[in-house]
Amino acid sequence: MITVHQLKKNFGRLEVLRSITTSFESGKTYALIGPNGSGKTTFIKCMLGMVIPDSGSIAVGGEDINGSWKYREKIGYMPQIGRYPDNMQIGQLFDMMQTIRNASHPVDGELIDAFGLRDLFGKRMHTLSGGTRQKVSAALAFLFNPPILFLDEPTAGLDPVAVEVLKDKILHECRKGKLIVITSHIMNDLDELATEALIMQDGVLRFDGTIDALKEITGESRLGKAIARFMNRTHTVSDTIIRQKL
Amino acid sequence: MSRIIRYVFYDILRTRFVIFYTLFLLGSTFALFQLDADPGKVILSMMNVVLMVVPLVSIVFASIHFYNSYEFIELMIAQPVNRKSVFMGQYFAVASSLSLALLTGAGLPMPFYGITPAGIALLYTGILLTWVFVSLAFLSAVLTRDKAKAIGVALLFWFYFSLIYDGLILWVMYSFMDYPLEKVTLALVSLNPVDLARIILLLQLDISALMGYTGAFYKAFFGSSAGILFSAGVLVLWVVLPVWLSLRIFMRKDL
Repeated sequence: MITVHQLKKNFGRLEVLRSITTSFESGKTYALIGPNGSGKTTFIKCMLGMVIPDSGSIAVGGEDINGSWKYREKIGYMPQIGRYPDNMQIGQLFDMMQTIRNASHPVDGELIDAFGLRDLFGKRMHTLSGGTRQKVSAALAFLFNPPILFLDEPTAGLDPVAVEVLKDKILHECRKGKLIVITSHIMNDLDELATEALIMQDGVLRFDGTIDALKEITGESRLGKAIARFMNRTHTVSDTIIRQKL
Repeated sequence: MSRIIRYVFYDILRTRFVIFYTLFLLGSTFALFQLDADPGKVILSMMNVVLMVVPLVSIVFASIHFYNSYEFIELMIAQPVNRKSVFMGQYFAVASSLSLALLTGAGLPMPFYGITPAGIALLYTGILLTWVFVSLAFLSAVLTRDKAKAIGVALLFWFYFSLIYDGLILWVMYSFMDYPLEKVTLALVSLNPVDLARIILLLQLDISALMGYTGAFYKAFFGSSAGILFSAGVLVLWVVLPVWLSLRIFMRKDL
């Protein structure tokens, strides 16, 4: 569904992405893991066309995304920090997105209802709490039933009930055969949701394979421990990138 | 793009700034018409408003608006929408709402006191100047991520074209007055949209001698319709070039 080939991006002198090559397939949920500032968000933004890579190529559904925008119809994106026009009401925001995306097929308003956002439709965006904003972002990402979902720290700031609602939704969509990429620092969530893991460090992909394989290599049964052990291990054997898919 | 223009337009109306701007222009135009019976003199007074206030308001409002719409732009870029439509939608919405404000504010009183060719020229140059300075504002906005810096650059553009440039042109003429300067001055005048607008208006008002050397020279050199065509053409270039350049930068910008 998505193939990434030797993707590079610098911000000034800082090398954020150093030659990332990988691929994502439909029907799988990928956990994008790495320390803060390791390039996870930049990587996702590159695939969305929000950040223009310096070199390398990305293809979505076989089509190169450079200079193209139509492919974003296939993508739902939940940003880490949702930023929306301050003066707009929640209801107006949903209306606007539907007009802009020219949604012909019925939209998926399941999360709007599950989060109880309909009661808040008259509220302006700048009056919302961080968690409610996050709920709006999540509902927007799923609204158009896209086959690809990028969720950048989806559960951060959500209340426990909402986290469960969102997790159920993610599992449900995954079973429908969607491609889901999640970044998170909450390993338990990722352990529940994802089957594949990509570990990034300093803009390099250090691990690219199934979570089960990662657990097997490190001899740990929990994802959090497995990652900690893996990071320490590759610290000594520098630049060991384990590829099983490529 | 039309859907984006509609949303931005609505957003601009919400801030009410454009409405105050319209009321300000309306008030001052009515007041000036009340003070003087001679429409020529009124247009002359209004020319000063158009040449100073319109560029200032256009450039400051457009650059502030661009930064306030950053969230909207970010949101749109992640959607199946062309980057070009997002940027040009913003541009057209801002420029046309400011033009509409000028047209209403300065144009509405005119039918009551008599429409003159000079009045039409005033509206037309004012609208062209609005577009020029919105272009320049967008250019300064895409050049830097920092809001304060961009507004600083925008104000610098205004100071430069409204005040500093005329000083420079006089200095050049004074220093090189022993040489034939006709073509040089013509080129220099084309480099300033405010001067060009002033020339278009002065040719209508026939009082060029009062407005300094730049205006006087231009009157002598281009007292024909060809002159007006030339200056209007260069003004259009002043609209298109900055916005084209800023679009190019925006297309490669990381959000």
